[in-house]
Amino acid sequence: MANAVRFLLGFEEQTVSDADPNMTVLSWLRTVAGRCGTKEGCAEGDCGACTVVLGEPDDQGGLRYRAVNACILFLPVLHGRQLVTVEHLRESDGRLHPAQEAMVACHGSQCGFCTPGFVMSLFALFHNERDADRRRIEDVIAGNLCRCTGYRPILDAAQRMLAMGGEDRFSRREEETLSRLRELDDGEMLTLAGAGRRYFAPRTVDALAELRRQYPEATMLAGGTDVGLWVTKQHRDLDTLVYTGSVAGLDSIEEHADTLDIGAAVTHSTAMERIAAHYPDFGELLRRFASVQIRNSGTLGGNIANASPIGDSMPVLIALGAELVLRRGHERRSLPIEDFFLDYRKTALTQGEFLERIRIPVAGADRTLRCYKISKRFDQDISAVCLAVCLRLDGDRVAAIRIGVGGMAAIPARARAVEQALAGRSWNDDAVEAACAVLEREFQPLTDMRAGADYRRLVTRQLLRKCLLETTRPAVATRVLEYREVSA
Amino acid sequence: MSSVPERILPEFVPGARTAHRALAHESAVGHVTGGATYTDDIPEPRNLLHAWVRLSDRAHAGITRLDVEACRQAPGVVAVMTHDDLKAATDVGPVAPGDLVFADGEVTYWGQALFAVAADSIDSARRAAMLAEVKYEEREAILDIRQALERDAAVSPVRTIVQGDPEGAIRGSAHRIRGQLAIGGQDHFYLEGQVAMAVPQEGGDMLVYSSTQHPSEVQHLVAGVLGLPDHAVVVEARRLGGGFGGKETQAAHIAAIAAVLAQQAGRPVKLRLDRDDDMILTGKRHDFLVKYEAGFDPDGRLEGVDFMLASRCGISPDLSDAINDRAMYHADNAYYLPNVRIVSHRCRTNTVSNTAFRGFGGPQGMMAIEYVLDEVARYLGRDPLDVRKTNLYGVEERNLTPYGQVVEDNILPRLFEQVERSADYAARRRAVDAFNRENPVLRKGIAITPVKFGISFTTTHLNQGGALVLVYTDGSVQLNHGGIEMGQGLYTKVAQLVAEEFGIALDRVRVTATTTGKVPNTSATAASAGSDLNGAAAVEACRKIKGRLRDFAAGRFGIAGESLRFEADALHAGEQRLCSFAELCKQAHLGRIQLSDTGFYATPDIHVDKDTMRGKPFYYFAYGIACAEVVVDSLTGEYRVLRADVIHDCGQSLNPAVDMGQVEGGFIQGMGWLTTEELYWDDRGRLMTHAPSTYKIPVASDVPDDFRVELASWSRNRAAAVRRSKAVGEPPLMLGISVFHALKDAIASLAPKGCSVHLDAPATPERVLLAMERLRRATDPAAAGEPVEEDAES
Repeated sequence: MANAVRFLLGFEEQTVSDADPNMTVLSWLRTVAGRCGTKEGCAEGDCGACTVVLGEPDDQGGLRYRAVNACILFLPVLHGRQLVTVEHLRESDGRLHPAQEAMVACHGSQCGFCTPGFVMSLFALFHNERDADRRRIEDVIAGNLCRCTGYRPILDAAQRMLAMGGEDRFSRREEETLSRLRELDDGEMLTLAGAGRRYFAPRTVDALAELRRQYPEATMLAGGTDVGLWVTKQHRDLDTLVYTGSVAGLDSIEEHADTLDIGAAVTHSTAMERIAAHYPDFGELLRRFASVQIRNSGTLGGNIANASPIGDSMPVLIALGAELVLRRGHERRSLPIEDFFLDYRKTALTQGEFLERIRIPVAGADRTLRCYKISKRFDQDISAVCLAVCLRLDGDRVAAIRIGVGGMAAIPARARAVEQALAGRSWNDDAVEAACAVLEREFQPLTDMRAGADYRRLVTRQLLRKCLLETTRPAVATRVLEYREVSA
Repeated sequence: MSSVPERILPEFVPGARTAHRALAHESAVGHVTGGATYTDDIPEPRNLLHAWVRLSDRAHAGITRLDVEACRQAPGVVAVMTHDDLKAATDVGPVAPGDLVFADGEVTYWGQALFAVAADSIDSARRAAMLAEVKYEEREAILDIRQALERDAAVSPVRTIVQGDPEGAIRGSAHRIRGQLAIGGQDHFYLEGQVAMAVPQEGGDMLVYSSTQHPSEVQHLVAGVLGLPDHAVVVEARRLGGGFGGKETQAAHIAAIAAVLAQQAGRPVKLRLDRDDDMILTGKRHDFLVKYEAGFDPDGRLEGVDFMLASRCGISPDLSDAINDRAMYHADNAYYLPNVRIVSHRCRTNTVSNTAFRGFGGPQGMMAIEYVLDEVARYLGRDPLDVRKTNLYGVEERNLTPYGQVVEDNILPRLFEQVERSADYAARRRAVDAFNRENPVLRKGIAITPVKFGISFTTTHLNQGGALVLVYTDGSVQLNHGGIEMGQGLYTKVAQLVAEEFGIALDRVRVTATTTGKVPNTSATAASAGSDLNGAAAVEACRKIKGRLRDFAAGRFGIAGESLRFEADALHAGEQRLCSFAELCKQAHLGRIQLSDTGFYATPDIHVDKDTMRGKPFYYFAYGIACAEVVVDSLTGEYRVLRADVIHDCGQSLNPAVDMGQVEGGFIQGMGWLTTEELYWDDRGRLMTHAPSTYKIPVASDVPDDFRVELASWSRNRAAAVRRSKAVGEPPLMLGISVFHALKDAIASLAPKGCSVHLDAPATPERVLLAMERLRRATDPAAAGEPVEEDAES
């Protein structure tokens, strides 16, 4: 059993045995390690000033680097990983890293406070994707806010960095890093006690099930992209944490003939790729759902189990008819996802039970899925309204339809009355207008800072109309995000 | 692999070696390596305490009980300060009182500071602060502009500018329109939040590291709350992680709290606000309610305009008078208003006191007139561009502003002509119209809007700057001036000017942290005036030193002083290189010549009558123009900016790379203000958008796909500003107004010509869709099935 957090800080080994499990990586860097290059901009994972990069073995025996937000990442999560910050990037002779050099050459910094975070996002890009185009780069830095430059020079810098190519000190030392990381992590469960708090990182699902039974009040920690804020924003004390990110198998995706079977600890980044292959619209929704940093930490399972009313994946999973596999000890049960949410932040999980897997039906090319997310900003914003429609037509008849909505009630919900109004009818204006009237009665949304109730109602009806248009008149351009032609 | 874009920057003043060149920001390497130190990164002194401020959770209430005893007893706590514990001044209002350090028996806005705790960690301080017992007796609160107008609640008296006979002109016009527009506020969202560290010195003095745009004011206000003379307080700032006006007055409150706690504890104290507290506790851009009436001829030429501009100032005057003055001074923007009345209401509300923000009221004033011109064009069924051009200031005539200043340097006609050509406006206007005829869902809009922005503080005495230039015997130079580096490249530009003066390489000039101990009594780095004032002051200091060096060298080499030139790191006479600059400095020192000096600059030729607001408030105008094209989803109100063409006037740019950054960044910030950045208060006066999760500034994907920005390299400042450059900090923000009007244009496509298009700012997808629904209902009774409410104003 391991009882100290062991990781590489750059290339330097660190052992922290008395860590407070509620301490964030950012706080540790700035106050304990004395490394102030990484900045705090918001302490909620929304501005990217704290972006650092984690290195860890991938499943092909290589080393993968991913950008994450240090401000909401708990220190023990570093166990067995390499933490790279902006101070590590220069070569030993002082030469700048291509990410840094390109940022200087393109005048990519003004006040400079967001710059370390951008540099780290670009550093991860340098290691992951050399062929990224401008739109992909926009997505890569969607989680980094800059208030000075207007981003154009940073986008240029990213392209310039990719064109420079080459190696850096991290790629040259990949083998060495891998072997050192293997030495740091003995494969045993990490158990920590510090500042009166406990932290467990089990390695098997059985061990997780046992801990869950033993400590039913413990906080389950997956990506921490919400739980982190409980500490940094709500100032809660999380006395016992059980981390799901080291559990073998819980991060796997199994492709079956008719289902995609996703482990609860699979990150959004990983899930997104596989889901997008089946459902491009769902893939795009997941892209917009959160920044790269959040997708790299946050998990689909966490998004569901945490029952946040603002999770964008839920309406889609409801529309698709996803099933959840819940586990308590050795007992498993499965539940349609729409039955999982009982009320605001309340789920069907019983004491000691946890979400193990998510099963998404994929069969049936005759099914059409359309996902819509309405928010003030396209990238990295929380939905005012989210609508997902899964439709199977028989000729022009609605043979089957499932509709999930978010933002219209305290929980993600299935629009059953609307579905009934449409089932068996011709898929046309009359049916959709009738469904709109039903929709009006089925939900009573709120007015809040994201949108007014009237807009929520109106736009949800409009989205149903859009769905009809897109499925019956595919030649009509309907999406501003995909529309890129400047008038000439 | 897509090709790497190259941004071509124009060349200014080819003979110059360092000035006018596109050099990298002086801290660029520090920025990208994490080596650049911000206030929170300064190595912490021994015994440092951390502060936490407890905020009120009522908008207006009497405090019936405030018991902090439990805070004092909490673990790790060293000092607790309430209003009653303050020993000297209790107010940090910059111009007039009204900004209390801590609430005094009453809270007047949600999020007001009640008291502060200093403890051995942030966590202890915060936990302790939550232990206080606070009881309130709620009072009626005034929360928005309408309520304030109804109740005549104001932070200062109404002001009016009148020129000609607006009433008569409107009455006599062939056409008249009237209407109103609500313009939202804006949070600065500097990436580095407010922070200060106060370090007690011997004899009770205080050293304050503050993230402030105005060290001299922080010094003065901190001295006030400590009960010390100004000379006992030193305020220092090396760089800010963004300011945008948000650290002009607001930083003083933070520094004052840190300082009084440090004085009380006898130990250093750091106060760094959490982002949410920062957004709740500190002021923002003023939201405005504009009412207008305009009379015009059949060509859309304005004959009379009557404006009512009301702004939400919040609970105290802060800088609201100057901000609203500037709004009035910009309600003409680029247009000649022969008969005009501008009435300005400065509304007092139980909300945080609004403050400076890039543009300083100018953007709101410009929005007012641009909106009117767009509505005039809609009314007449004409292209808004034609109406705008019809109303432009003339060059030789029709050039008198409503406040009596003659526009002497008008380059607007050339900017219009240039952008129409480079953006291919006429063809694209036709293409946009054709697109809108063919597409049932997506709609396009295109708009050109200009910027004319007055440069100078309208409070005339603030137009002064100082510098201290120290030349060492090895010929290296240390430069200090009163300006603050907050990302705008001021340190870089002033260093370039100094290097140019001495003819030395830029790396021979080191800019040091701005401190009240070196250059005293400075003005805020604000009003875009940083390089005009501090650059000119630094040049003056250099010229004094050069004069002495020249005299010395003339004697030493027996050459007439006026033939000596400082260039290429050496002293030259004609073709002859006499000696290196370093050697000259060494010899001059041996010759007992003073190698350092101060410089001072006061902007000439400006004056304002405080009562009538007439005069010449501005030394010159900076101009710009933008053309934006958008695509809008008429089903949802979502939109994107497809292309933007910008031409901006920086005069003879001191650094085209830096200025390009200001122009592009300003455009995007202005676009954000008018599109996605929505401040939302609930009905109890509580700000609900106080973090990046709820307050949405633009991200990279919001940048126009095709973003073409040019500097008007042909423009030369007619006023004698430093090296004929022009100020650039604020003006480009208002280029973003083009996006708002492109959206309005796209909405207008849903209705026949002649329809008014009401759209408030920010034009969130919600407001865009509701505006479209109103038009659809107004013009097509068959589509009237959808209930649409009017937008809530402010």
